[in-house]
Amino acid sequence: MSWPVLYAQLVGANRHSTSLGKVWLSVLFIFRVMVLVVAAESVWGDEQSDFTCNTLQPGCENVCYDQFFPVSHIRLWCLQLVFVSTPTLLVAMYVSYRNHSDKKRLLQSSGRAGLLSNKGQEEDLETLKKRRLPVAGALWWTYACSLVFRLLFEGGFMYALYVVYDGFQMPRLVQCDQWPCPNLVDCFISRPTEKTIFTVFMATASSICMVLNMAELSYLVAKAVTRSLCGQKERKTCRKSSRVKTQNKTNQKLLVSA
Amino acid sequence: MPLTPPAEPDPEPKMNWASFYAVISGVNRHSTGIGRIWLSVLFIFRILVLVVAAESVWGDEKSGFICNTQQPGCNSVCYDHFFPISHIRLWALQLILVSTPALLVAMHVAHRRHVDKRLYKLSGRTNPKDLEQIKTQKMKITGALWWTYVISLLFRIVFEVTFMYLFYMIYPGYKMIRLVKCDSYPCPNTVDCFVSRPTEKTVFTVFMLAVSGVCILLNIAEVFFLVGKACGKHLHTAGDSTMGVWIQQKLCSY
Repeated sequence: MSWPVLYAQLVGANRHSTSLGKVWLSVLFIFRVMVLVVAAESVWGDEQSDFTCNTLQPGCENVCYDQFFPVSHIRLWCLQLVFVSTPTLLVAMYVSYRNHSDKKRLLQSSGRAGLLSNKGQEEDLETLKKRRLPVAGALWWTYACSLVFRLLFEGGFMYALYVVYDGFQMPRLVQCDQWPCPNLVDCFISRPTEKTIFTVFMATASSICMVLNMAELSYLVAKAVTRSLCGQKERKTCRKSSRVKTQNKTNQKLLVSA
Repeated sequence: MPLTPPAEPDPEPKMNWASFYAVISGVNRHSTGIGRIWLSVLFIFRILVLVVAAESVWGDEKSGFICNTQQPGCNSVCYDHFFPISHIRLWALQLILVSTPALLVAMHVAHRRHVDKRLYKLSGRTNPKDLEQIKTQKMKITGALWWTYVISLLFRIVFEVTFMYLFYMIYPGYKMIRLVKCDSYPCPNTVDCFVSRPTEKTVFTVFMLAVSGVCILLNIAEVFFLVGKACGKHLHTAGDSTMGVWIQQKLCSY
């Protein structure tokens, strides 16, 4: 189980998403997963081995590292990316459930009719698999929920990173007096500037993803509202035209009788 | 000395440059000839060289950075002062940012195909062969796609130049020096610090910058090619378009 496997799963689910959803997926994989794997992991690679304290006391470095880095940035980002990607799988699960129930209905109806040939049935099943479902009804609700969850996870993890590390900047020096350090010792963090640059980069990419998710949610809501308004208008014009039709009929009858 | 078994090849595929190549090279079908040359130069002379050679040159940049002092922390602090961001990471970011405008073109092509499919269905041509043909046909770079393509080229040029400028700002002169002098806390006084493999790093820095320059030239040439092609098309249809007539008049006046 690795990033390319997750990518394959998400691309499959992406077929039923909006254009903004597809842009979001590209931003996620190119500017976050790719940068994490190709660049950030090597910056944080020596974070513990190069964490040096100004003391010869054994155990002091371990204890101080643990105090200042309860969870490494890299692991936090990995968790964030995994959590943020999984709501899309909700949509994939709903789509496969819909396909499964439609397939059942198709097989039952063709069984009852007994008219469709084997080839015709296969073609229908193939179109069922390949079709793209419109984002409406229950799928709309599933999709909107997945967007809300994505936003919550993104915001939650960014807040957690900010709280745990007191901001997005990595200091060069931290002072530690945990036992067994003999007194207040200076401990030096490796590559703090490079780490700050990548932390800011990843936070920016995360914010861009949040903006894309919010835009997608607004777009879905606007689409649903316009669809319901159009539906209402059609019903009104239908009622109007049926009223006009009945009026015309009564007029004709009156004319005929006169 | 006990023999260590050879390292097993990593069984799990990682998200790496190879998967990135797969994503980006899909755009190749809709590029011009110069665009395909640019993509090959990018992958062979930049990404491949980065992964195969440059990463091992910079691999021990921190462990091999040694200061003439026993003061703990002095090495770390001086390294951080002189190398705020490693060359390798700068190049990786540059390559990712420079390749992504090509995805604008891929998105536009996908949108156009979607629109064509809809039109086909509306006009009643639901033959699966016709729909397959839409997928495989090569899009002509005209109209809105021309503008998307040119904008993506301009973005590429801007990103390349920006990164070259950043490089010059952070590491003025492009040359890697052998010795730096550092007096940041907790170094007790001005200490000499020695950079590992400075000459090899200079060679690779110059190589990567030269290839970056070549890529900028290819992008500029591609912009001129597209503009020239568009002008040529307008001149051909000069009878219909006023722009073509205007250009023809200007050319004839010289």
